[in-house]
Amino acid sequence: MKMKRVASLMLASVLAVGSLAACGNDSGSEGGESASSDTFKIGGIGPTTGDAAAYGIAVQNGAQLAVDEINADGGINGKQIEFKFEDDQNDSEKSVNAYNTLKDWGMQMLVGTVTSTPCTAVVEETHKDNMYQLTPSATAVESIQYDNAFRICFSDPSQGTASADYIADNGLATKVAVIYNSSDVYSSGIYQNFATEAQAKGLEVVAAEAFTADSKTDFSVQLQKAKDSGAELVFLPIYYQEASLILTQADRMGFDTTFFGCDGLDGILDVEGFDTSLAEGVMLLTPFTADAQDEKTQTFVKAYEEAFEIAPIQFAADAYDCIYAIKAAAEQAEITPDMSVSDLCDAMKTAMTEITIDGLTGSGITWDESGEPSKEAKAVIISNGTYEAM
Amino acid sequence: MLKNMKKTTKSNLITYGMVIAAFIIVQILTATGNISSLLEGLMVPLCIYSILAVSLNLVVGFLGELSLGHAGFMCVGAFTSAFFSKCVQDTITVAPLRFFLALLVGAAAAAVFGIIIGIPVLRLKGDYLAIVTLAFGEIIKNLVNVVWIGRDSNGFHFSMKDVMSLNMETDGQVIVNGPQGITGTPQDATFLAGILLVLVTLFIVTNLVHSRDGRAIMAIRDNRIAAESVGINVTKYKLMAFTISAALAGLAGVLYAHNLSTLTATTNNFGYNQSIMILVFVVLGGIGNIRGSVIAAVVLTLLPELLRGLSDYRMLIYAIVLIVMMLFNWAPKSIEWREKHLAFLKKKKNSPSAASAGADGRKEAR
Repeated sequence: MKMKRVASLMLASVLAVGSLAACGNDSGSEGGESASSDTFKIGGIGPTTGDAAAYGIAVQNGAQLAVDEINADGGINGKQIEFKFEDDQNDSEKSVNAYNTLKDWGMQMLVGTVTSTPCTAVVEETHKDNMYQLTPSATAVESIQYDNAFRICFSDPSQGTASADYIADNGLATKVAVIYNSSDVYSSGIYQNFATEAQAKGLEVVAAEAFTADSKTDFSVQLQKAKDSGAELVFLPIYYQEASLILTQADRMGFDTTFFGCDGLDGILDVEGFDTSLAEGVMLLTPFTADAQDEKTQTFVKAYEEAFEIAPIQFAADAYDCIYAIKAAAEQAEITPDMSVSDLCDAMKTAMTEITIDGLTGSGITWDESGEPSKEAKAVIISNGTYEAM
Repeated sequence: MLKNMKKTTKSNLITYGMVIAAFIIVQILTATGNISSLLEGLMVPLCIYSILAVSLNLVVGFLGELSLGHAGFMCVGAFTSAFFSKCVQDTITVAPLRFFLALLVGAAAAAVFGIIIGIPVLRLKGDYLAIVTLAFGEIIKNLVNVVWIGRDSNGFHFSMKDVMSLNMETDGQVIVNGPQGITGTPQDATFLAGILLVLVTLFIVTNLVHSRDGRAIMAIRDNRIAAESVGINVTKYKLMAFTISAALAGLAGVLYAHNLSTLTATTNNFGYNQSIMILVFVVLGGIGNIRGSVIAAVVLTLLPELLRGLSDYRMLIYAIVLIVMMLFNWAPKSIEWREKHLAFLKKKKNSPSAASAGADGRKEAR
């Protein structure tokens, strides 16, 4: 009997070691393959399940679309691209797990991560491995704090500052109320920088009302306070779902004012059950709108709708531009897939500062060593149910 | 020699041995380069969840109270220690020493919260206690989301409104940034530190359970009135178990905070989702079964990552696997089936030393 127990223990431990080793071996051989293979392996990370899934899926689709186009067109430097996207559920820990999974797959460059906080955790890892990283939509300053990381979107400070500048310079208002989501990094990040810049520009923030993810259906208290404070303009650095509710509730209580938002408001016209006439006169700063009339956007929107049967949001356009930025930088640096991850990164780092991209989210986008893009913020106003440039 | 050993000692040694063996195997695999990056990155989280499961088992399995606020204590430990590490980052440059101090800070803070919460909460029992601990966990999570702390040449600034009201000098640095949490915590947590903490946790819990105090705690669980009638101070022992469990959860929080460079309090990591996840580890591993908690925590943390190949169906499959595992472990029919068909594995049942961990974890505890 004793022998049997010992034997079973032994067997169990052998099995355990075997399975662990098997995992290791798999990845080892895959890693080896990628070094000698003939394709660029680009990984992506973002939430495809959970609350923020809409953004992750948009990025996944947008990037995939660009990859397919480039592959059909002959690839980068004549080499095909392989793209693989992993879910992180908008959680830092899961994001690092996803990064490690992609590393085992043989990833050479990273497009991601989609959301800010996980990106800050992942950039620490890519910095350690010296892997090139380009995020489509992580807006926090720390998300690209190392020289191996770049971004395609505006950072929180630049959006907040740009909004305050725009309002002040165009004389839209002097008394501003802000309604923001204090549990959201994007929203509170913009608010902080908006408030700082507003002070410098002589704007008066008469009411700053917060809500959280747990209480985002009833905004009557915040709106009442904004109304009572005599604000001439309400700044909404939030996403469009909540904004559509705010507009509806403001209309119901007879609060007629100007609303001003950031890129998060993009998509407000597509909210189901929302009376789009309420959004008339809403201004927003955004790099991309699906209704824009230029040829590039039109082609992209058409291809995207054909492939995925929904209209693209700004995140998809960001991801699309990411892949083309990588292509441009890769061609500038003349890299090949057989280079090591670290060599690729060094080559791409230099090349990124030398390229200029005409993308969906801006034309003439350039980067400096900090990884921040320099592009024009476009302000649009909603009139007659479409976005019109101002 | 094994024969003469007390059965509890032997059971403990098996548990320690299991952890140490896992550590050695992983070390060998790492040294020979046979381990995937994913597994390597998962080692510290595995330690974190093992510690959480074992510490919650102390409350659920041995004290017999359902606590749904365990992630709250983890949150306290994580934020206090990350705050501490950020503050002393420049003065204490020796990472192991700094991490050790952070561990003490985190565990102490969590223990203090354990006492504060325990005094009112432990007057309740059963479902009522569960609901109050659930509320407590949410309070902690929401509280850290509205705290701003900054430091400049004049010292610390504190606000519960926003960053601007900190009124800092230009050289100021925001340490706790409201919902954006703490970023840039030094990544001091290593697998070795994690394993040592797992061993410390196991040592504390197993020794407590088999001590005089532990027997008093279990007596309260089995029959409170009988325990009181023989002169056991119910409040004292309840508070003791609750506080130790909180302090150990605080340790896990310290590991968590120093494993990633960002720390935010969301529903996923410090909310009720996490508390229930830890409870699932405990229930699946066997209530009152310490070794089972460790195994369940490891399996259930690894599972969703190893299922990544299934992409979108991953979380669905994970949930189904969870249901199947629960049924297999706890349904009366399945226990019957296992006893009949897997009798050869159950041979050890004849020997008095091994309690039937599968059939009823509590047996071992009694």
